[in-house]
Parts: sequence; structure tokens; C-alpha cells
Amino acid sequence: MDTTTAPTTPASTHVPAWHHVARHGVMPEPTHDEMARFNFLANLTKRISTLSPGNRLAWDRRVAPSFAAEHGHEITDRGDARSAMLADPYFQGWSSLRRSNMEMRQQAGRSVVLRQVNELNARAKIINDGAPTLRLDSTTKVPHYLDVMDNHCMPGSYHRELGPDDVSAAANYDCGIFVTTGGAMGRLLDGGGKAIATHMRETWPTFAPKRILDLGCGLGHNTLPLAQAFPEAEVFAVDTGAPMLRYGHARAKSLGIDNVTFVQADAQYLDTWDEGRWARELGLGSGAGGASLTGAFDYIQTIMFWHETCRSTFFDLWSKIHTWLAPGGLTLHVEQPQYTPEMDLFEQFIRDWDSWFNNEPFWSQMHDIDVFDAMESVGFARADQVAFRAAAPTELIGDQTGQPEDHGRAAIWNVFGAWKPLL
Amino acid sequence: MISIDPVALAGAKPRGARPWFHNDPAVERVLAITMALAGEVAVLRERLDTVERLLESGGALTRASIESFIPDDPAEIERQRWHAEYVSRILRVIQQEMEALEQDPAYNRSVAEIGEELGRM
Repeated sequence: MDTTTAPTTPASTHVPAWHHVARHGVMPEPTHDEMARFNFLANLTKRISTLSPGNRLAWDRRVAPSFAAEHGHEITDRGDARSAMLADPYFQGWSSLRRSNMEMRQQAGRSVVLRQVNELNARAKIINDGAPTLRLDSTTKVPHYLDVMDNHCMPGSYHRELGPDDVSAAANYDCGIFVTTGGAMGRLLDGGGKAIATHMRETWPTFAPKRILDLGCGLGHNTLPLAQAFPEAEVFAVDTGAPMLRYGHARAKSLGIDNVTFVQADAQYLDTWDEGRWARELGLGSGAGGASLTGAFDYIQTIMFWHETCRSTFFDLWSKIHTWLAPGGLTLHVEQPQYTPEMDLFEQFIRDWDSWFNNEPFWSQMHDIDVFDAMESVGFARADQVAFRAAAPTELIGDQTGQPEDHGRAAIWNVFGAWKPLL
Repeated sequence: MISIDPVALAGAKPRGARPWFHNDPAVERVLAITMALAGEVAVLRERLDTVERLLESGGALTRASIESFIPDDPAEIERQRWHAEYVSRILRVIQQEMEALEQDPAYNRSVAEIGEELGRM
């Protein structure tokens, strides 16, 4: 597993500099100093992760023994683990740094974007205007789980707009995520999508989906590798955030990718919204008297999506994925590893950091769900389920063997999903 | 056209209460400000490095040439290693806290205790 029990040698490889991040038609252009700021923050992220093993040492050497002495039993509960660690000075200092780093990353990205927001919006608008492959719907209701807290300290979340034609939320996400991943997601942030597409081609070479659905696509960075892997497929990328979709659509077009339709909708209500208008307009399904999404897609994916939803959406949407999938279809989902009873309690606790301290309020509970039970409960038999870890491309970062894992952030593509059997 | 104050908005607070880690929030405030300042020193240093490389190359030293400068691979490695060393220097005290936890307790004893022991030897 990924357990790091002792400090390892500090990184010998360098963090790649920001200038390697790929440019495209709507990428904001940082100044020299803004790039330098990203470089500092990416190196700070790496340093903070190399100091993370100190948390395990504090746990082993003083937090766990003190708890046992005081309570007469070992820590067995993640809540107790968190409370006990929050009182430890090492964890306090480390967490304070990590939180500050996230906040500085947001300010750094937003500084780049907001001073040129009108130019970025105009660039996107020129590409987007009149395109049938961008379908915005301003009546889309943003789900409570996205509106009540801004995930990973991103002010404005994915959806709030500063004005008409705004793309700023997406531009900030796109140019700044380099800080938290240090290049591990690739030059186009598409490591997750690429890993899945590569695995699909190698493992199921005859599988050729004609219609693909990506739920909670954000700016489509992990949708595009699927669209490229299956150029004959019609790809639908769905998100509630108009800024993500405007930017994502313009970005895809500028990269020469034309087979993706970006759709503004709440994934959970794709089928019922406006009495199936979405399905009718896109010519999907064949329900009598209207349209239905039943069996409409050969492949459905989410990438780092479920932890930013809520419990009822998780189960309801899984049930709908089963319905929307065509017989012979496949669904795959990327998340950080689930917590299991076999996973060491400290490991669970440190993987939970982003939930409690980086504004990911459903992360903790989501990672406790037994996804295989959940898939079975909506109709995917155990025998049809798949789980694998897909290798991330390392175009920007060297071999990470022996490097401490940045828990909750690592570019380790933990994938689960299922086939829907042919009738 | 959107009319905004980009400086104020860049530093906007995200929705949701901020977690505070130190027993005294003032400590956390000072740490956050210190790290932001550390970042600005790094930015200045990278700019100075660019200026030096432009001077060495004999090219024009203008704001435009600074803005468009992209280091070649060896220069990138040198600059990124500088960032790594720099942040390591800034966070030395935390590294040493980690090493104190890792060290054999026999080599992490107080001066008072060892002094008393040496006085008896």
C-alpha cells in the first residue's frame, strides 16, 4: 500500500516549472512573476508533502500512546484520531502550512485570471458563439452540496459568475492546479482520463463506445482523452457550472477536438429535467411520447466527482447510471482509494485531511461507502464489476518510486466500475 | 464587460468556515503572512535570476525580455532546485521537529539531564 511509516529522503527530482503547462486558446497568460509564484507554491506543496511523515511519527510516538494511557484503549475511531491529532503541535503546524498553501494557490491563480477576465471571456465567446456543441441553460439549479461550501477553498466554486460570458472559475482551476499536483496530472491536466482511455484500449480492445457521458466534467480536461481515443463517438460532458462549460468548450475546440458537446445540467436530473427536453433536443433515447435516457450511453464516467456530491445523490445517480447505460456498456469512476476496515486508521485519518481542512465536506463519508456493495444495490452484479489502478502518464514528473505520497492528492488513478451485461 | 476589483476578488474567502489549527489564532495569522512574504521573496529571486541570465546571454535587458524569458532545461533545473532549497531553509524548524520525533530518544535528551550525567562521570 501507500503507507509511509518513516521519513524518506527528500525529493531528489525537481518539480517541473510552470512554463511546461500546455497553452491553448483560452489559457490565461501569466506574467514572469506570476509564473515564479506558481513555481514557489508548487515547491512548497512538495516540501509540505515531504514533511508529512512527521504526522505519522507524532501519532506513533505520542498521540496514540497518550490516548491509550488516558482512555485505557487504543484509538479505534477516525473522529477520535482527528481530535487527538488536532491537539498535537506537529500536526497543527503542518496543517496550518497546508491550508495556507491552498489559500495562496487560489489567490495566485485568481490574480492571473481576474486582471485579464474580459479578454479571456472574449476569447472564449468568439470560439463558442453559435456552436451547437455548447448547450448552456441558465435555469439549471446548482445543487446544495456545491453551493453551501466552496470545494477545495476555491472562491466561487465551479459555478458562480462575475458577469455575462464569465469563464474565470475555470481559467483559475486550469492554470493553478499545477501548484497542488506539481505536474503529476500532465501538461493538459488529463492524467486521469488518459489513464482510463489507455487501460480501456489495452484491456478491452474491441470495446468501441458510440455514445459517451462524462458527469461533473468540470472544464472537460479528463473528457478529452476519451473523445480522442474514440473519435467516432458522440461525447456529452455535463456540469452545473456555466464558466466551466464555456471555458471547457472553447478549450476543446482550440485543441482541435470537435466531438464533445458540453451541457449545463445537474447530472442527477438529466433524465427528468424539463420533461426530458435535454434528451429530446440531443436526439437521445426512444421513450414513447418524448425522450428517455434509458440505455442511451455505451460508456459513462466520473473523475474525482463523487466526493463533491452528497449521499442521496450518490445512490440516486448510481441507480440512474445503471438505467442510462446500454446493454454491453461500461461505467468507470476515478476516486482516491476508499477507506476499508483493512486500511490502517492513521492512513484513513491522513487521507481524510482534505475533507475536514480543505473544504471537501462529503469526502470523508464518501470514502467510507463500500462502492462495490453500492453498485450491486443498483443492479451491477459482482461478477460484472471491475476495479483497477491505472498508471498515470509521467510526461512531466519522473519516477515517483520512493517519494512520499501527498495523501489525497496523488496522481494514482484508483478506478472502479462495472459492465452492464448484454440482454 | 465585467467591472471588478481584481485585487480584492483574488483574495476572496471561499464559502465555509476556515479551520484554525494553532491554539492561538494570532500564531496562525502570522504564519500565513510569513509564508506569503516568503513567496514574494522567491518571486523576486526568480526575477533576479532571469535578469542575470539575460545579461550573461548578452541580449537586451528590457521588461519585455524579462516577461518573455523561458529557461532552457539546465536553467530550469537550477531554478527549481533553488526553490526547493529555499523552501527547505524556510521550513527548517519543522524538519527538525520531524527529526526529533524520529531520533533515538537517547540522542534527544536535554542539556540539564546530560549535564547532570556528565557531572557525575
